[in-house]
Amino acid sequence: MSSRLTRIVGSSIVKKQAMAITGLLLCGFLVTHLAGNFLIIYSADAFNQYAYALTSNPLIYVAEAGLAALFLGHIGMAIKLTLENHKARPQKYYMKKPTGRGSTFASSTMPYTGMITLIFLVIHLINFKFGPLYMTTVDGVEMRDLYRTVVEYFASPLNVLWYIIAMVALGIHLSHGVWSAFQSLGFNHPSYTPTLRMASKAFAVLIVVGYSSLPIYCYLIQGGH
Amino acid sequence: MGNNTVSMNLNLKIWRQKSATDKGEMVDYKLTDVSPDMSFLEMLDMLNDRLIREGKDPVAFDHDCREGICGMCSLMINGQAHGPERETTTCQLHMRSFKNGDTIVIEPWRAKAFPIHKDLMVDRSAFDEIIAAGGYVSVNTGHAPDANAIPIPKENADLAMDAAACIGCAACVASCKNASAMLFVSAKISQLALLPQGEAESKQRAEAMVAKMDELGFGNCTNEAECEASCPKGIDISNIARMNREFIKGGLTNR
Repeated sequence: MSSRLTRIVGSSIVKKQAMAITGLLLCGFLVTHLAGNFLIIYSADAFNQYAYALTSNPLIYVAEAGLAALFLGHIGMAIKLTLENHKARPQKYYMKKPTGRGSTFASSTMPYTGMITLIFLVIHLINFKFGPLYMTTVDGVEMRDLYRTVVEYFASPLNVLWYIIAMVALGIHLSHGVWSAFQSLGFNHPSYTPTLRMASKAFAVLIVVGYSSLPIYCYLIQGGH
Repeated sequence: MGNNTVSMNLNLKIWRQKSATDKGEMVDYKLTDVSPDMSFLEMLDMLNDRLIREGKDPVAFDHDCREGICGMCSLMINGQAHGPERETTTCQLHMRSFKNGDTIVIEPWRAKAFPIHKDLMVDRSAFDEIIAAGGYVSVNTGHAPDANAIPIPKENADLAMDAAACIGCAACVASCKNASAMLFVSAKISQLALLPQGEAESKQRAEAMVAKMDELGFGNCTNEAECEASCPKGIDISNIARMNREFIKGGLTNR
């Protein structure tokens, strides 16, 4: 019965589980992307070769389409849920105070930290993927000198600062989001959930520190000008 | 906790709304000689007594047992469901929790699914509709069975009892920034799913109750746990995780 299927798929529970699954998969992307980025520290050639290996593989289009679907799914569903939640209380309270035992700064700012991350993502793609195109030759193969694009961009302290601000926003988003995803998927266990909540914060810190370290590194190797 | 003043003077800011269609507004009242030993509702009784004597319309608010077990009392007090004390219904909240000279803001529960009847009274029939959608055991289970006639692990009995402590007051909806009813619905699903009598229908139950909840216009859960923190009965959000599991289990296996 199709009406039953649409009702289940469109239910509040499946919608938040869709947020959870897309969110967790995007966390996987964050880790892989960060690992690749660390090649910047290893050497310019290694970084360029890595980027070349990714972009010259025809499967990149499949991967990019999948990634785009994850982002669009997560963002689209977030917009839908936020609008629905807004409608569920048409008249706001004159006074509303958190108990201090439930919501956190991170949990109550999810739409905002998500939005900052989205703005960052667009700017990030413009600056790097569609940014200045330089060419270089590594081991006789001509390829894009993405290393130069990145390092040049981070010569500006303002760019470094914006990058770090965006990463902190993302980290705040993750500190609630990762744990929350497990809860939405039905995983809440007295023995593991407290650890999971800690791990969620630890993961957020790891992402913020990991990603922020690279622009700082790029800025410093250029003598800070 | 509290203070030793013999009586208190309070500034009250109360939501007044003549009917479901009236626009409504916050109205200021000054109340003097309030005893710190009064319950919050007795304080409102005192105000209403005065309003009636003055020939004015008393403030309408829900209440029944005044023992913290019926789930009728509500009120958003200074921006918190059932006021500032933990695991305390409004009827069990006492004026000693406030100070002489305090301004107290009193509002009704606010949610699209709970239209206001009058002043501080809201229509919580939406909860009854959710229960009617599946929050029961269909077969007649007879009168109370002999203890241990059906062996139930102690842990399950405890968890079911914890969920069954829900009095349906809707503080969870009121305190949730999304006006989500998930803590209530999950408690009602859990209390039955954890016991053999209720387990039999658990596949249909979660699906039916969640569908009704969604249809009534409650918001979506964002796992902030303000519901748990505001619940006068201490129902915790592990019930929501159980509901999420029950829903998927039912969706995948119920024919």
